[in-house]
Amino acid sequence: MNGIHDVGGMHGFGAVRKEADEPVFHTRWEGRLFALVNLCLGVGIGNIDRFRHAIERLSPASYLTESYYGRWLAALETLLEEEGVVRRSETDARERGEGPPAAMAPAPSPTSGAARRRVDTPPRFAVGQPVRARNLNPPGHTRLPRYARGKCGVIVRVHPAWVFPDTNAQGRGENPQYAYGVRFGAEELWGPEAEPGTAMHLDLFESYLEPVSDEG
Amino acid sequence: MSEYDHGPSDRHALRAEALESLLREKGLVQPEMIDAVVRQYEQDIGPMNGAQVVARAWTDPAYKQRLLHDGTEAIAELGFGGPQGEHIVVVENTSAVHNVVVCTLCSCYPWPVLGLPPSWYKSPAYRSRVVREPRAVLAEMGLALKPEVEIRVWDSSSEVRYLVLPQRPAGTEGLGEAELAACVTRDSMIGVGQPMSPSAAEHPDPDV
Repeated sequence: MNGIHDVGGMHGFGAVRKEADEPVFHTRWEGRLFALVNLCLGVGIGNIDRFRHAIERLSPASYLTESYYGRWLAALETLLEEEGVVRRSETDARERGEGPPAAMAPAPSPTSGAARRRVDTPPRFAVGQPVRARNLNPPGHTRLPRYARGKCGVIVRVHPAWVFPDTNAQGRGENPQYAYGVRFGAEELWGPEAEPGTAMHLDLFESYLEPVSDEG
Repeated sequence: MSEYDHGPSDRHALRAEALESLLREKGLVQPEMIDAVVRQYEQDIGPMNGAQVVARAWTDPAYKQRLLHDGTEAIAELGFGGPQGEHIVVVENTSAVHNVVVCTLCSCYPWPVLGLPPSWYKSPAYRSRVVREPRAVLAEMGLALKPEVEIRVWDSSSEVRYLVLPQRPAGTEGLGEAELAACVTRDSMIGVGQPMSPSAAEHPDPDV
Protein backbone atom coordinates (compact mmCIF):
# COMPACT_ATOMS: atom_id res chain seq x y z
CA MET A 1 0.00 0.00 0.00
CA ASN A 2 1.13 3.54 -0.65
CA GLY A 3 1.15 4.23 3.08
CA ILE A 4 2.77 6.76 5.35
CA HIS A 5 5.25 4.10 6.52
CA ASP A 6 6.96 4.19 3.11
CA VAL A 7 8.99 7.29 3.90
CA GLY A 8 12.16 6.69 1.82
CA GLY A 9 13.09 9.91 0.02
CA MET A 10 10.45 12.14 1.62
CA HIS A 11 11.24 15.69 2.66
CA GLY A 12 10.14 17.53 5.77
CA PHE A 13 11.06 15.32 8.73
CA GLY A 14 13.92 17.52 9.85
CA ALA A 15 17.19 16.56 11.53
CA VAL A 16 18.00 13.10 12.88
CA ARG A 17 17.82 13.51 16.63
CA LYS A 18 19.79 11.23 18.91
CA GLU A 19 18.60 10.64 22.42
CA ALA A 20 21.26 10.79 25.13
CA ASP A 21 21.64 7.68 27.34
CA GLU A 22 18.80 5.91 25.56
CA PRO A 23 17.63 2.78 27.40
CA VAL A 24 16.57 -0.38 25.52
CA PHE A 25 12.99 0.24 26.69
CA HIS A 26 11.82 3.62 27.97
CA THR A 27 9.08 2.22 30.19
CA ARG A 28 8.15 -1.14 31.65
CA TRP A 29 5.17 -1.56 29.32
CA GLU A 30 7.34 -1.13 26.21
CA GLY A 31 9.49 -4.09 27.18
CA ARG A 32 6.51 -6.27 28.08
CA LEU A 33 4.71 -5.32 24.85
CA PHE A 34 7.81 -6.11 22.81
CA ALA A 35 7.88 -9.55 24.46
CA LEU A 36 4.13 -10.08 23.96
CA VAL A 37 4.37 -9.38 20.24
CA ASN A 38 7.29 -11.75 19.80
CA LEU A 39 5.70 -14.48 21.89
CA CYS A 40 2.37 -14.17 20.04
CA LEU A 41 4.13 -14.42 16.66
CA GLY A 42 6.17 -17.32 18.05
CA VAL A 43 3.10 -19.36 18.94
CA GLY A 44 1.67 -18.84 15.49
CA ILE A 45 -0.78 -15.98 16.06
CA GLY A 46 -0.63 -14.32 12.66
CA ASN A 47 2.84 -13.80 11.22
CA ILE A 48 5.38 -11.00 11.04
CA ASP A 49 4.10 -9.81 7.67
CA ARG A 50 0.57 -9.49 9.04
CA PHE A 51 1.97 -7.62 12.02
CA ARG A 52 3.89 -5.16 9.82
CA HIS A 53 0.83 -4.66 7.66
CA ALA A 54 -1.24 -3.90 10.78
CA ILE A 55 1.21 -1.08 11.58
CA GLU A 56 0.98 0.21 8.02
CA ARG A 57 -2.82 0.34 8.23
CA LEU A 58 -2.78 2.88 11.05
CA SER A 59 -4.08 6.21 9.81
CA PRO A 60 -1.23 8.40 8.54
CA ALA A 61 -1.86 10.89 11.36
CA SER A 62 -1.72 8.17 14.01
CA TYR A 63 1.37 6.62 12.47
CA LEU A 64 3.27 9.88 12.77
CA THR A 65 2.01 10.96 16.19
CA GLU A 66 2.16 7.62 17.99
CA SER A 67 5.39 6.50 19.61
CA TYR A 68 7.13 3.47 18.09
CA TYR A 69 5.73 1.09 20.68
CA GLY A 70 2.40 2.91 20.54
CA ARG A 71 2.23 1.70 16.93
CA TRP A 72 3.16 -1.81 18.04
CA LEU A 73 0.39 -1.77 20.63
CA ALA A 74 -2.23 -0.72 18.10
CA ALA A 75 -0.96 -3.33 15.63
CA LEU A 76 -1.01 -6.12 18.22
CA GLU A 77 -4.63 -5.27 19.05
CA THR A 78 -5.50 -5.41 15.35
CA LEU A 79 -3.68 -8.73 14.90
CA LEU A 80 -5.35 -10.34 17.94
CA GLU A 81 -8.77 -9.12 16.82
CA GLU A 82 -8.33 -10.33 13.24
CA GLU A 83 -6.93 -13.69 14.33
CA GLY A 84 -9.91 -14.13 16.63
CA VAL A 85 -7.73 -14.33 19.75
CA VAL A 86 -8.74 -11.22 21.73
CA ARG A 87 -11.66 -8.97 20.82
CA ARG A 88 -11.32 -5.22 21.33
CA SER A 89 -14.43 -5.26 23.50
CA GLU A 90 -12.71 -7.77 25.79
CA THR A 91 -9.69 -5.51 26.13
CA ASP A 92 -11.93 -2.48 26.72
CA ALA A 93 -13.68 -4.29 29.56
CA ARG A 94 -10.44 -5.57 31.06
CA GLU A 95 -8.96 -2.07 30.96
CA ARG A 96 -11.95 -0.85 33.00
CA GLY A 97 -11.45 -3.69 35.43
CA GLU A 98 -14.66 -5.39 34.26
CA GLY A 99 -15.55 -8.60 32.50
CA PRO A 100 -15.04 -12.26 33.47
CA PRO A 101 -11.69 -14.05 33.48
CA ALA A 102 -10.84 -15.19 29.98
CA ALA A 103 -11.22 -18.88 29.12
CA MET A 104 -8.28 -20.94 27.91
CA ALA A 105 -7.76 -20.61 24.16
CA PRO A 106 -7.10 -23.60 21.89
CA ALA A 107 -3.45 -24.67 22.01
CA PRO A 108 -1.55 -22.72 19.36
CA SER A 109 0.81 -24.29 16.87
CA PRO A 110 4.23 -22.70 17.34
CA THR A 111 6.14 -21.60 14.26
CA SER A 112 9.83 -20.90 13.81
CA GLY A 113 9.13 -17.67 11.96
CA ALA A 114 11.93 -18.54 9.56
CA ALA A 115 11.15 -17.26 6.08
CA ARG A 116 13.45 -19.45 4.01
CA ARG A 117 11.80 -21.97 1.68
CA ARG A 118 12.88 -24.34 -1.07
CA VAL A 119 11.62 -23.69 -4.56
CA ASP A 120 12.15 -26.07 -7.44
CA THR A 121 12.68 -23.53 -10.21
CA PRO A 122 16.01 -21.77 -10.77
CA PRO A 123 16.30 -18.03 -10.12
CA ARG A 124 15.04 -15.94 -13.03
CA PHE A 125 17.80 -13.33 -12.78
CA ALA A 126 21.60 -13.55 -12.51
CA VAL A 127 24.30 -11.34 -11.02
CA GLY A 128 25.21 -8.52 -13.38
CA GLN A 129 21.85 -8.50 -15.13
CA PRO A 130 20.13 -5.12 -15.56
CA VAL A 131 16.57 -5.08 -14.22
CA ARG A 132 13.75 -2.65 -13.64
CA ALA A 133 11.65 -2.54 -10.49
CA ARG A 134 8.09 -2.78 -11.75
CA ASN A 135 5.68 0.08 -11.19
CA LEU A 136 3.40 -1.75 -8.78
CA ASN A 137 0.94 -0.03 -6.47
CA PRO A 138 -0.82 -2.83 -4.57
CA PRO A 139 -3.37 -1.74 -1.99
CA GLY A 140 -2.05 -4.35 0.47
CA HIS A 141 1.33 -5.06 2.04
CA THR A 142 4.43 -4.86 -0.11
CA ARG A 143 8.18 -4.61 0.45
CA LEU A 144 8.80 -2.68 -2.76
CA PRO A 145 9.38 0.92 -1.63
CA ARG A 146 7.84 3.65 -3.76
CA TYR A 147 11.16 5.35 -4.43
CA ALA A 148 12.44 2.32 -6.39
CA ARG A 149 9.38 1.67 -8.55
CA GLY A 150 9.98 2.03 -12.26
CA LYS A 151 13.70 2.50 -11.66
CA CYS A 152 16.54 0.52 -13.27
CA GLY A 153 19.31 -1.22 -11.39
CA VAL A 154 21.66 -4.18 -11.59
CA ILE A 155 21.47 -7.52 -9.77
CA VAL A 156 24.43 -7.80 -7.39
CA ARG A 157 23.39 -10.84 -5.35
CA VAL A 158 20.96 -13.74 -5.65
CA HIS A 159 19.38 -14.51 -2.29
CA PRO A 160 17.63 -17.74 -1.29
CA ALA A 161 13.87 -18.08 -1.74
CA TRP A 162 11.76 -16.64 1.04
CA VAL A 163 8.08 -16.41 1.95
CA PHE A 164 6.53 -13.63 -0.15
CA PRO A 165 5.37 -10.96 2.32
CA ASP A 166 2.77 -9.43 -0.01
CA THR A 167 0.60 -12.55 0.03
CA ASN A 168 1.63 -13.90 3.44
CA ALA A 169 0.44 -10.68 5.07
CA GLN A 170 -3.06 -11.18 3.71
CA GLY A 171 -3.77 -14.87 4.13
CA ARG A 172 -3.11 -15.57 0.47
CA GLY A 173 -0.34 -18.09 1.03
CA GLU A 174 3.42 -18.12 1.31
CA ASN A 175 4.21 -18.15 -2.44
CA PRO A 176 7.96 -18.38 -1.78
CA GLN A 177 10.24 -16.81 -4.36
CA TYR A 178 13.83 -15.69 -4.78
CA ALA A 179 14.93 -12.26 -3.74
CA TYR A 180 17.80 -10.28 -5.22
CA GLY A 181 20.22 -7.63 -4.04
CA VAL A 182 19.75 -4.82 -6.56
CA ARG A 183 22.01 -1.80 -6.86
CA PHE A 184 20.55 1.50 -8.07
CA GLY A 185 22.59 4.57 -8.94
CA ALA A 186 21.58 7.61 -6.91
CA GLU A 187 20.86 9.65 -10.02
CA GLU A 188 18.49 6.98 -11.32
CA LEU A 189 16.48 7.34 -8.10
CA TRP A 190 16.76 11.03 -7.31
CA GLY A 191 17.61 12.70 -10.61
CA PRO A 192 19.82 15.77 -10.79
CA GLU A 193 19.40 16.36 -7.03
CA ALA A 194 21.24 13.13 -6.23
CA GLU A 195 24.38 13.27 -4.13
CA PRO A 196 27.41 12.30 -6.22
CA GLY A 197 29.23 9.10 -5.32
CA THR A 198 26.32 7.39 -3.59
CA ALA A 199 24.31 4.28 -4.46
CA MET A 200 21.33 2.39 -3.03
CA HIS A 201 21.08 -1.32 -2.47
CA LEU A 202 17.67 -2.94 -1.99
CA ASP A 203 16.62 -6.56 -1.60
CA LEU A 204 13.71 -7.15 -3.95
CA PHE A 205 11.53 -10.17 -4.58
CA GLU A 206 11.52 -11.74 -8.03
CA SER A 207 7.99 -10.67 -8.90
CA TYR A 208 8.91 -7.02 -8.22
CA LEU A 209 11.44 -7.15 -11.05
CA GLU A 210 11.43 -7.33 -14.84
CA PRO A 211 14.32 -7.65 -17.28
CA VAL A 212 15.43 -4.49 -19.02
CA SER A 213 15.09 -5.09 -22.74
CA ASP A 214 17.78 -4.01 -25.20
CA GLU A 215 15.65 -1.24 -26.62
CA GLY A 216 14.51 -0.10 -23.19
CA MET B 1 -1.25 15.27 37.81
CA SER B 2 -4.80 14.11 38.51
CA GLU B 3 -5.88 10.54 37.90
CA TYR B 4 -7.72 11.72 34.76
CA ASP B 5 -4.66 13.42 33.36
CA HIS B 6 -3.06 10.38 31.79
CA GLY B 7 -0.42 10.97 29.12
CA PRO B 8 -0.24 8.62 26.14
CA SER B 9 2.30 6.40 27.87
CA ASP B 10 -0.03 5.85 30.86
CA ARG B 11 -2.87 4.93 28.52
CA HIS B 12 -0.59 2.57 26.64
CA ALA B 13 0.59 1.00 29.89
CA LEU B 14 -3.00 0.25 30.93
CA ARG B 15 -3.91 -1.10 27.51
CA ALA B 16 -0.81 -3.28 27.29
CA GLU B 17 -1.47 -4.60 30.78
CA ALA B 18 -5.06 -5.49 29.81
CA LEU B 19 -3.84 -7.38 26.74
CA GLU B 20 -1.16 -9.17 28.73
CA SER B 21 -3.60 -10.35 31.39
CA LEU B 22 -6.03 -11.65 28.75
CA LEU B 23 -3.31 -13.50 26.85
CA ARG B 24 -2.07 -15.04 30.09
CA GLU B 25 -5.54 -16.25 31.09
CA LYS B 26 -6.03 -17.72 27.65
CA GLY B 27 -2.82 -19.70 28.19
CA LEU B 28 -1.08 -18.15 25.18
CA VAL B 29 1.82 -16.51 27.02
CA GLN B 30 3.45 -17.15 30.39
CA PRO B 31 4.62 -14.28 32.58
CA GLU B 32 8.04 -15.82 33.10
CA MET B 33 8.52 -15.96 29.33
CA ILE B 34 7.75 -12.26 29.10
CA ASP B 35 10.26 -11.55 31.85
CA ALA B 36 12.86 -13.68 30.08
CA VAL B 37 12.46 -11.89 26.74
CA VAL B 38 12.74 -8.46 28.36
CA ARG B 39 15.82 -9.52 30.34
CA GLN B 40 17.47 -10.96 27.23
CA TYR B 41 17.15 -7.76 25.25
CA GLU B 42 18.05 -5.53 28.17
CA GLN B 43 21.11 -7.52 29.21
CA ASP B 44 22.35 -10.21 26.86
CA ILE B 45 21.60 -9.14 23.30
CA GLY B 46 23.22 -5.89 22.21
CA PRO B 47 26.05 -4.22 20.30
CA MET B 48 28.63 -5.89 22.53
CA ASN B 49 27.88 -9.04 20.54
CA GLY B 50 28.52 -7.37 17.21
CA ALA B 51 31.68 -5.79 18.64
CA GLN B 52 33.07 -9.27 19.33
CA VAL B 53 32.35 -10.27 15.74
CA VAL B 54 34.13 -7.19 14.40
CA ALA B 55 37.13 -7.62 16.70
CA ARG B 56 37.48 -11.24 15.62
CA ALA B 57 37.36 -10.19 11.96
CA TRP B 58 40.06 -7.58 12.60
CA THR B 59 42.41 -10.11 14.15
CA ASP B 60 41.69 -13.31 12.21
CA PRO B 61 41.84 -13.00 8.39
CA ALA B 62 40.34 -16.45 7.84
CA TYR B 63 37.38 -15.55 10.08
CA LYS B 64 36.92 -12.28 8.21
CA GLN B 65 36.78 -14.19 4.95
CA ARG B 66 34.12 -16.52 6.33
CA LEU B 67 32.20 -13.56 7.76
CA LEU B 68 32.05 -11.75 4.43
CA HIS B 69 31.18 -14.99 2.62
CA ASP B 70 28.34 -16.07 4.96
CA GLY B 71 27.65 -13.67 7.80
CA THR B 72 25.01 -15.81 9.49
CA GLU B 73 27.27 -18.87 9.71
CA ALA B 74 30.36 -16.99 10.86
CA ILE B 75 28.38 -15.07 13.49
CA ALA B 76 26.95 -18.37 14.74
CA GLU B 77 30.55 -19.53 15.38
CA LEU B 78 30.65 -16.94 18.18
CA GLY B 79 27.32 -18.16 19.53
CA PHE B 80 25.07 -15.41 18.19
CA GLY B 81 21.88 -15.97 16.23
CA GLY B 82 18.13 -15.95 16.55
CA PRO B 83 15.20 -13.71 15.61
CA GLN B 84 16.03 -11.07 12.99
CA GLY B 85 19.39 -12.71 12.46
CA GLU B 86 18.41 -15.60 10.23
CA HIS B 87 20.15 -14.09 7.20
CA ILE B 88 22.91 -11.61 8.08
CA VAL B 89 25.07 -10.08 5.39
CA VAL B 90 28.24 -8.27 6.47
CA VAL B 91 29.39 -5.36 4.32
CA GLU B 92 32.97 -4.15 4.67
CA ASN B 93 34.11 -0.55 4.83
CA THR B 94 37.33 0.25 3.00
CA SER B 95 39.17 3.47 2.21
CA ALA B 96 37.13 3.62 -1.02
CA VAL B 97 33.66 2.44 0.12
CA HIS B 98 31.55 3.30 3.16
CA ASN B 99 28.37 1.34 3.97
CA VAL B 100 25.35 2.52 5.93
CA VAL B 101 22.19 0.61 6.84
CA VAL B 102 18.54 1.65 7.03
CA CYS B 103 15.05 0.17 6.89
CA THR B 104 12.85 2.70 5.11
CA LEU B 105 9.63 0.67 5.47
CA CYS B 106 9.81 -0.24 9.16
CA SER B 107 12.69 -0.91 11.56
CA CYS B 108 14.52 -4.06 10.40
CA TYR B 109 17.80 -4.45 12.25
CA PRO B 110 20.16 -7.36 13.06
CA TRP B 111 18.99 -8.05 16.61
CA PRO B 112 21.41 -10.88 17.56
CA VAL B 113 24.46 -8.69 16.96
CA LEU B 114 23.19 -5.17 17.67
CA GLY B 115 20.19 -5.67 19.98
CA LEU B 116 17.15 -3.48 19.41
CA PRO B 117 17.56 -0.33 17.34
CA PRO B 118 17.88 3.14 18.88
CA SER B 119 15.00 5.58 18.39
CA TRP B 120 16.78 7.64 15.74
CA TYR B 121 17.17 4.54 13.53
CA LYS B 122 13.38 4.06 13.66
CA SER B 123 12.59 7.74 13.07
CA PRO B 124 11.03 9.01 9.84
CA ALA B 125 13.83 11.62 9.70
CA TYR B 126 16.59 9.01 9.37
CA ARG B 127 14.58 6.60 7.22
CA SER B 128 13.43 9.27 4.77
CA ARG B 129 16.71 11.12 4.40
CA VAL B 130 19.58 8.65 4.51
CA VAL B 131 18.52 7.09 1.22
CA ARG B 132 18.35 10.41 -0.62
CA GLU B 133 21.17 12.38 0.99
CA PRO B 134 23.39 9.93 2.89
CA ARG B 135 26.48 12.12 2.74
CA ALA B 136 24.63 15.06 4.29
CA VAL B 137 22.99 12.91 6.98
CA LEU B 138 26.28 11.25 7.94
CA ALA B 139 28.01 14.64 8.13
CA GLU B 140 25.22 15.93 10.39
CA MET B 141 25.69 12.87 12.58
CA GLY B 142 29.38 13.67 12.88
CA LEU B 143 30.80 11.49 10.13
CA ALA B 144 32.23 13.66 7.36
CA LEU B 145 33.44 11.44 4.51
CA LYS B 146 35.77 12.54 1.74
CA PRO B 147 33.95 13.16 -1.56
CA GLU B 148 35.89 10.36 -3.25
CA VAL B 149 34.54 7.76 -0.80
CA GLU B 150 31.56 5.95 -2.35
CA ILE B 151 28.62 5.64 0.02
CA ARG B 152 26.45 2.52 -0.28
CA VAL B 153 23.13 2.65 1.49
CA TRP B 154 21.54 -0.72 2.27
CA ASP B 155 17.75 -0.61 2.61
CA SER B 156 16.70 -3.71 4.59
CA SER B 157 13.64 -4.25 2.41
CA SER B 158 13.56 -8.05 2.62
CA GLU B 159 14.91 -10.79 4.92
CA VAL B 160 18.57 -9.71 4.91
CA ARG B 161 19.83 -7.92 8.00
CA TYR B 162 23.03 -5.97 7.48
CA LEU B 163 26.06 -5.53 9.72
CA VAL B 164 28.76 -3.06 8.74
CA LEU B 165 32.36 -4.19 9.27
CA PRO B 166 34.11 -0.90 10.05
CA GLN B 167 37.77 -0.25 9.29
CA ARG B 168 40.18 -1.05 12.09
CA PRO B 169 41.36 2.21 13.65
CA ALA B 170 44.98 3.24 13.28
CA GLY B 171 47.19 2.76 16.30
CA THR B 172 45.56 -0.52 17.41
CA GLU B 173 48.27 -2.86 16.08
CA GLY B 174 49.23 -4.38 19.41
CA LEU B 175 45.74 -4.77 20.85
CA GLY B 176 43.99 -8.05 21.62
CA GLU B 177 40.42 -8.95 20.72
CA ALA B 178 38.84 -7.70 23.95
CA GLU B 179 40.57 -4.31 23.74
CA LEU B 180 39.61 -4.01 20.09
CA ALA B 181 35.97 -4.92 20.83
CA ALA B 182 35.87 -1.99 23.29
CA CYS B 183 36.66 0.34 20.36
CA VAL B 184 33.73 -0.93 18.26
CA THR B 185 30.65 1.27 18.62
CA ARG B 186 27.06 0.46 17.74
CA ASP B 187 27.01 3.39 15.32
CA SER B 188 30.10 2.11 13.49
CA MET B 189 28.28 -1.19 12.86
CA ILE B 190 25.25 0.67 11.43
CA GLY B 191 27.56 2.87 9.39
CA VAL B 192 26.78 6.28 10.91
CA GLY B 193 30.02 6.46 12.92
CA GLN B 194 33.57 5.19 13.14
CA PRO B 195 35.09 2.98 15.83
CA MET B 196 36.67 4.78 18.77
CA SER B 197 40.38 5.16 19.26
CA PRO B 198 41.77 3.02 22.10
CA SER B 199 42.18 6.10 24.31
CA ALA B 200 38.54 7.15 23.75
CA ALA B 201 37.43 3.56 24.43
CA GLU B 202 38.61 3.93 28.01
CA HIS B 203 35.94 6.60 28.53
CA PRO B 204 33.16 5.48 26.21
CA ASP B 205 30.14 7.53 25.24
CA PRO B 206 27.17 5.19 25.70
CA ASP B 207 25.19 6.85 22.92
CA VAL B 208 27.30 5.61 20.06
